[in-house]
Amino acid sequence: MKIISCPINGPRPAQEFHFGGEFRAMPDPDRIDNDAWADYVFHRNGHPGIKQEWWYHLPSGTWFIAERDNRTDEFLRTFLYGEPPQL
Amino acid sequence: MPYRLLRFALGKKYPEKRMFRAPQRLKDEYDVVIIGGGGHGLAAAYYLATNHGITDVAVLEKGYLGGGGTGRNTAIVRSNYLTPEGVRFYQRSVELFQDLSRQLNFNLFYSERGHFTLAHSPASLNTMRWRAEVNKHLGTDSLVVDRNFVKRSLPDIDLECGGHQPPIYGALYHPPGAIARHDAVAWAYARGADQRGVEIHQQTEVTGIEVRDGQVDGVHTSRGFVKTQRVLSALAGWTTHATQMVGLRTPLTIHPLQAMVTEPLKPWLNHIVVSATLHLYMSQSSRGELVAGASLDPAELISMRSTLDFAESLSGHLADMFPLVGQVNVLRQWAGLCDMTPDFSPIMGKTPIGGFYIDAGWGTWGFKATPVSGETMAYTLARDEQHPLIKPFALDRFRTLDLVGEKGAAAVGH
Repeated sequence: MKIISCPINGPRPAQEFHFGGEFRAMPDPDRIDNDAWADYVFHRNGHPGIKQEWWYHLPSGTWFIAERDNRTDEFLRTFLYGEPPQL
Repeated sequence: MPYRLLRFALGKKYPEKRMFRAPQRLKDEYDVVIIGGGGHGLAAAYYLATNHGITDVAVLEKGYLGGGGTGRNTAIVRSNYLTPEGVRFYQRSVELFQDLSRQLNFNLFYSERGHFTLAHSPASLNTMRWRAEVNKHLGTDSLVVDRNFVKRSLPDIDLECGGHQPPIYGALYHPPGAIARHDAVAWAYARGADQRGVEIHQQTEVTGIEVRDGQVDGVHTSRGFVKTQRVLSALAGWTTHATQMVGLRTPLTIHPLQAMVTEPLKPWLNHIVVSATLHLYMSQSSRGELVAGASLDPAELISMRSTLDFAESLSGHLADMFPLVGQVNVLRQWAGLCDMTPDFSPIMGKTPIGGFYIDAGWGTWGFKATPVSGETMAYTLARDEQHPLIKPFALDRFRTLDLVGEKGAAAVGH
């Protein structure tokens, strides 16, 4: 069984987690033009590599950030939003 | 006939001619380079040669022909989509498929079975009425049927799904729904293209794409540099490798999709059965194996690993729907890569980079689009303008907010 480490609850089975997409900083919609906003809304970095992503631990309702290699499904580290290291 | 087969067993050399040439050397320059030797890339090569007279074409494939999405799908062909853009596009594909064995002189085992999309709630039956009306309006044979019709066509189905799942209320029925032998589609297009002068290079990986002043100038491969002004990326699940090389931003994210086959059984399932609620689609192949696929894996992953979770849940759902398969063994399982778009429609045609054409976003609907995507991409490359059928699928739609929300795709739960 695959195990993911939740920053609050420790190692838990992967079935308890939900993938929330890549972690991306939202630009200020009042300061950018329409093209840049459309780019933020739709375009993704689908390239192979190590990324920071949102993950959710369902039983405890914890959103957190995981650094994962999307070529091997290997979780490198997990931490809460706002805690270093940041993007 | 059996005596003819002895030649294969006893001869030291393979007794038949190769189906297509294996050119030893890459030329220095080609008119068009197609990256990806799957069904789409090879079909585009074939139609470039037949419809547009462009034969100075190289198809570069890093592995073997049809080893990616082409050989990993569940081989279903249908056109009962929800958006008019989608229905028109896939309708053309079905038309081409119906005549393809004859046109390519290659038995593709194209077999019309009738396609059921099951409704497990009144709400999904309503969506199916909508789909059926769009289909009929555009000339695709499609109708909503009640559960008694489903039971008469599929006598072995348990309409109550063992009580573990929501019961079956009815279905969208699409008589022309078919299955075909997917590898054969790639091979047939390869042979057709090869006979017309296209070069097919297997074991040739593209490692970089040269772009000068916003215009493609060539590709770096594992066998050296090739100059070209026109590149078609027909990579489906591997598209993001190529878009990274040219610095193009797209909405594509890659998810694995898993499928499996059981041991062969006597023919008992004539139709193709799909249930979005149970994340299941299945058919019985001409070899007697049950071919079944599931929904996407929930997280992005660019890897074709299989999981036990998948085998367990798909087998459970299969047994809920058809209790008689409870004792049947699973023969093998595998995964393919799905390049998903936010609106479940493909991304096709021109890009902001001159000479870089994209054929991507094939998520769970790529195999059935093989002929039409080849035909329309060949047109787009030859004339440097979008074919009318794929205008709605341009990459630019995500900038102009002109999305084509295709809720008839297999990946969408209703």
